[in-house]
Amino acid sequence: MKEFTYTIKDALGIHARPAGNLVKLIKSFSGTAVTIEKEGKPAVSGSALMKLMGLGVKCGDTVKFKIDGGDEAAAAAALEEFMNANL
Amino acid sequence: MIVYKGKGVYGAVAIGRVSVFKRQAAAVRRTVIEDTAAELARIETAKQKAVEQLTAIYEKALKEVGEANAEIFEIHIMMLDDEDYNDSIKSIIETQKVNAEYAVAVTSDNFADMFAAMDDAYMQARSADVKDISNRLIACLSGGGSGGGLSDDKAIICADDLAPSETVSLDKDKVLAFVTAYGSSNSHTAILARNMNIAAVIGAGSEFLEGIRDGDMMIVDGHTGEIFVDPDEETMARLEAKQAEDIRKKQLLQELKGKENVTLDGRSVKIYANIGGVGGIGAVLANDAGGIGLFRSEFLYLESEDYPTEEQQFAAYKKVLESMAGKKVIIRTLDIGADKQIGYFGLDKEENPALGFRAIRICLTRPGIFKTQLRALFRASAFGNLGIMFPMITSVPEVEKCLEMCAEVKRELTGEGIAFNENTEIGIMIETPAAAVISDKLAPMVDFFSVGTNDLTQYTLACDRQNAKLEAFVDTHHEAVLRLIEMSAKNAHENGAWIGICGELAADLTLTETFLRMGIDELSVSAPFVLPLREKVRSIDLSK
Repeated sequence: MKEFTYTIKDALGIHARPAGNLVKLIKSFSGTAVTIEKEGKPAVSGSALMKLMGLGVKCGDTVKFKIDGGDEAAAAAALEEFMNANL
Repeated sequence: MIVYKGKGVYGAVAIGRVSVFKRQAAAVRRTVIEDTAAELARIETAKQKAVEQLTAIYEKALKEVGEANAEIFEIHIMMLDDEDYNDSIKSIIETQKVNAEYAVAVTSDNFADMFAAMDDAYMQARSADVKDISNRLIACLSGGGSGGGLSDDKAIICADDLAPSETVSLDKDKVLAFVTAYGSSNSHTAILARNMNIAAVIGAGSEFLEGIRDGDMMIVDGHTGEIFVDPDEETMARLEAKQAEDIRKKQLLQELKGKENVTLDGRSVKIYANIGGVGGIGAVLANDAGGIGLFRSEFLYLESEDYPTEEQQFAAYKKVLESMAGKKVIIRTLDIGADKQIGYFGLDKEENPALGFRAIRICLTRPGIFKTQLRALFRASAFGNLGIMFPMITSVPEVEKCLEMCAEVKRELTGEGIAFNENTEIGIMIETPAAAVISDKLAPMVDFFSVGTNDLTQYTLACDRQNAKLEAFVDTHHEAVLRLIEMSAKNAHENGAWIGICGELAADLTLTETFLRMGIDELSVSAPFVLPLREKVRSIDLSK
């Protein structure tokens, strides 16, 4: 299993548009499960759009990604790149 | 006669009958069912239908209101596909043995409540999206269409507010005007009305909705925001005259085609158009613009999956130059940044993109991208009257580097025996206070200046263009901005350069005389403003 944390820099946080794109990316990994956790809240599946939006991740919040199964290294790298570029 | 007042979002007068926008009453009944498998199959079919409808709405929106406003429908499609949402519907059908409509309604309420309970206004607003997609799904289950029913005649559409999907779904040919009780001037209804060129008033108040009925006679004055229900004869006559005046004005503008842009005392000014892609050329020619004062080259990069090649760019630039048949075409080099992301550029997210890594800063840091564009531009220069313009300039060394790159490209093309126009005009955008303040040093280096008033205003007044809260602080006529433009004009002329304005202020008719007095040589505006600006110029007398 791989893990990394990311602190949101985007002023709007994980709003609908990036959440949608993030879910799309995560669904493209075959055999890899991703969970996303915001401090003080239970982790949600990275392929659940509404739950992800429901986390209410805002600018300055830190989220933890756990990547499990399949090509974990490639998935983690793709996720980090996505977060850096979009959030 | 009853008079209501809201905010006019598009200045036109409409006279006609009221059609109150009806939503399909989604009264969902709970019925116990036997065959859960059949119910689950119904959901699948309805979902497919809903996705088809939303895809069609998305494409319609893309054409009519642009990508940024269409995005919401892509999100709707993704929400419909959400695992938890679908699991919830399934499990309600299976465990409670109830009809699909009921399962969707309960799920909708649960998810909408979750968003409504969040402490963030943006996320709270998403609960309306959940309800919007759920209502569509229920309508698809019951075999109904989408949206409200409109009569066959043209009518004035009155609603409390219109959801984005409702607005976009309306048949343009049947809408005389929009009036809504709520909503803001940035709402989808307002944006659509502006794009459709029809009268629209928003925020008429809740009493407005209570006071009207289908078939009422109504006049909507989009100039003043007034709404007259059952107008008396005098009002009717007055507004009919106003409507005729609008139409007459439009015709008058058509008559201005082919006329010169010259003031009563004989001073002439060039009026050009701004466009953002090859598709805009038709409007430039239809509105009789003298040239293109700002051709944004970003579309080539935005529409591409990878860096556009020299050949792709060359073909696009050549097409524009040939279509304009010898008229001036000023192409601005790449102007993207963290606020206008393009995936393959791999730009990092920035906290303050307006003050970030953008435009000429990217080009000078990644000379490969810059050089490809310049080679394509110079090659195209052989096919018309090209000017090349660099954005976001703040210093002399930046301009030096741009000019060195131009010289290098010209040397290469000469060496390769490829034709180009040696006298291609080179200019810079004046859109930072820094460039305006040192315009005396920049002017001798270039052939022309073009003032980008939107960025110049944002940087001078320290007001983020994207921040709606700052609207009250943004005085677009601020003396500081006008002084910077005047200073740039004076320095341009003293050094043999010419100066144009290509930002939104160029179309502000209340400033036309001020700009002419400053000696501005060219005004570049979006195509529909060319003829109104010509009319204004022809009414000015600078000798008085």
